Amino acid sequence: MDFGAINPLTLIATMIVAAMPVLFAAIGELVVEKSGVLNLGVEGLMIIGAVSGFIVAVESGSAVTGLFASVFAGAALALIFGILTQFFHSNQVATGLALTLFGLGLSALLGQSYAGIKPPSFPYPDFGPLADLPVLGLLLFRYDALVYFSAVLVVAVWWFLGYSRAGLALRAVGENHDAAHSLGYKVVRTRILAILFGGACGGLGGAYIALIRVPQWTDGVTAGAGWIALALVVFSSWRPFRVVLGACLFGGVTLLQLNFQAVGIEINAAYLSMAPYLVTILALVAISGSGRRAALDAPDSLGKPFRASA
Amino acid sequence: MFKHRLLAAAAAVAGAVLAAAPGAADPLKVGFIYVGPIGDFGWTYEHDQGRLAVEAAHGDKVETTFVENVPEGGDSERVLTQMALSGHDLIFTTSFGYMDPTINVAAKFPDVKFEHATGYKRADNVSTYSARFYEGRAVIGHIAGKMTKTNTIGYIASYPIPEVIRGINAAYIHAKKVNPDVNFKIVWVFTWFDPAKEADAATTLIEQGADVIMQHTDSPAAMTIAEEKGVYAFGQASDMKQFGPNARLSSIIDDWAPYYVQRVADVLDGSWESIDTWHGIKEGMVEIGEFSDQIPADIQAEAQAISDAIVSGEYHTFTGPLNRQDGSPWLAEGETADDGTLLGMNFYVEGIEGSIPQ
Repeated sequence: MDFGAINPLTLIATMIVAAMPVLFAAIGELVVEKSGVLNLGVEGLMIIGAVSGFIVAVESGSAVTGLFASVFAGAALALIFGILTQFFHSNQVATGLALTLFGLGLSALLGQSYAGIKPPSFPYPDFGPLADLPVLGLLLFRYDALVYFSAVLVVAVWWFLGYSRAGLALRAVGENHDAAHSLGYKVVRTRILAILFGGACGGLGGAYIALIRVPQWTDGVTAGAGWIALALVVFSSWRPFRVVLGACLFGGVTLLQLNFQAVGIEINAAYLSMAPYLVTILALVAISGSGRRAALDAPDSLGKPFRASA
Repeated sequence: MFKHRLLAAAAAVAGAVLAAAPGAADPLKVGFIYVGPIGDFGWTYEHDQGRLAVEAAHGDKVETTFVENVPEGGDSERVLTQMALSGHDLIFTTSFGYMDPTINVAAKFPDVKFEHATGYKRADNVSTYSARFYEGRAVIGHIAGKMTKTNTIGYIASYPIPEVIRGINAAYIHAKKVNPDVNFKIVWVFTWFDPAKEADAATTLIEQGADVIMQHTDSPAAMTIAEEKGVYAFGQASDMKQFGPNARLSSIIDDWAPYYVQRVADVLDGSWESIDTWHGIKEGMVEIGEFSDQIPADIQAEAQAISDAIVSGEYHTFTGPLNRQDGSPWLAEGETADDGTLLGMNFYVEGIEGSIPQ
């Protein structure tokens, strides 16, 4: 048993990379839920983003083009959800689940002839001498461009929700859509926009898996990351910076178990495999059990259908 | 009236078709079930190449079908039953975890013949076949031991079954022989095919100092990562060169085609019977992929010599003196392992660190 063999710096660096897919998906879902919509189709959005990003990247020869495609594909799939739930008032839970199943099936169909192909590689920004700094170089300057983009995105979402007028309106819609409506805010339009943003982020998260982390297309390559992202939003009690923390934690558990094995720390493999999911459940129980603030943080109109009748 | 005539005509045509069909020599229906997608460029890909070879060799005397991505366990039993019901005469089940489902379904369909890969349970209508992959492991283990600079070799293992453990032991023995300081880091991923997990495992091993990666999983994900991080790796089941033009040192390629073609021929001429086949480099079921230019010529020659000695029978991969991990003697000087021990191998040889998960 030798913990010393695990280099904490490289471990943190890989944990950050492992956190990316769930981070993107969760930050998108956070905005969606803040607007009062519960979209359980995150897994479907991610896998559609993954497959379309992969196909476009392979066909165009550019990973960046692929990422843009994944953003559009995710948003397009989310739009179906938006139209069904916002205009036709379908049940959000059932529609979201259907979206996941539909996404998994469609991606398998689209991706059939793309298994086993190597996608074009994604560019890494070059920080020159900064990357060679002893500790900081490894911790800060050796990631792919999307990692830096994710940092910008989280800060932007935090600012948007907390300090911008539009963000305030979005939260108002999520807390009490009837009140927001009577004040003249466009409830349905706000929610559709939030759903589109959530879809775009989910798509990007999926593409991160297929284009950067693995990088390969296979059926079900997202392997449940969408569900973890959903849990993460609750775990973070709808706060952007806590999402980052949770994403590193959840992404890291998988890596930690592989690291443990490699240095010869013996834990029954079954426990290791279930660890990320166990942490998710424990986190959810701890949060709902504490009972004071967390429950209040949930947007009041979350999952409730809105009809502009009054 | 008109309607009746139409129906009668249709019936006549249908009758003619039905009557004609057996006359046109019913093709032999051969089914394959795969654990991964045929495009995995690894294990399943090579089995499907074997299927295509059957079609090429036997032409319209056979009709082949396959089902990919069939999970091991209960689901596979359902797929197998479906195949047997739909008139298949011979079914190849190409993953270890299909063993019990194959035996169960075979008991219900005594007229259908089954061929199970890498298992050890047989019946009157169930044959087993496998390849001596460990012979290939000996060759690449030697190369790995010579090529590592950090003296750390990362090994991505799938499930703790004898076949995988045999591979680890064979590779370790031969790496250790040429490099006494070598150390194996073994990570169990508990899957045959999960590129994301395989990639994570490869990344972890490289971070922990491994500069040569071996795998016993089916996708080229680890090869892709090795190429990216500038370390060495070996193609597994298939050549995988396109995934790591610089990283790939050599590969262990499975060639199932001759066996599949032969077994189908046996069914066609009625000579098929339940047997157990375990072929190696000699018979061509295990093939060592071309050596990369990264390997110095003398090491290439040594590796080739090991392969040649295995083919000629002069050398056995597991030749004593060898001890078990706990230090207890296993093989005496010059003694070689018998197939029975190899087939049930559930222990590491001396020197490997860690324990086999239960």
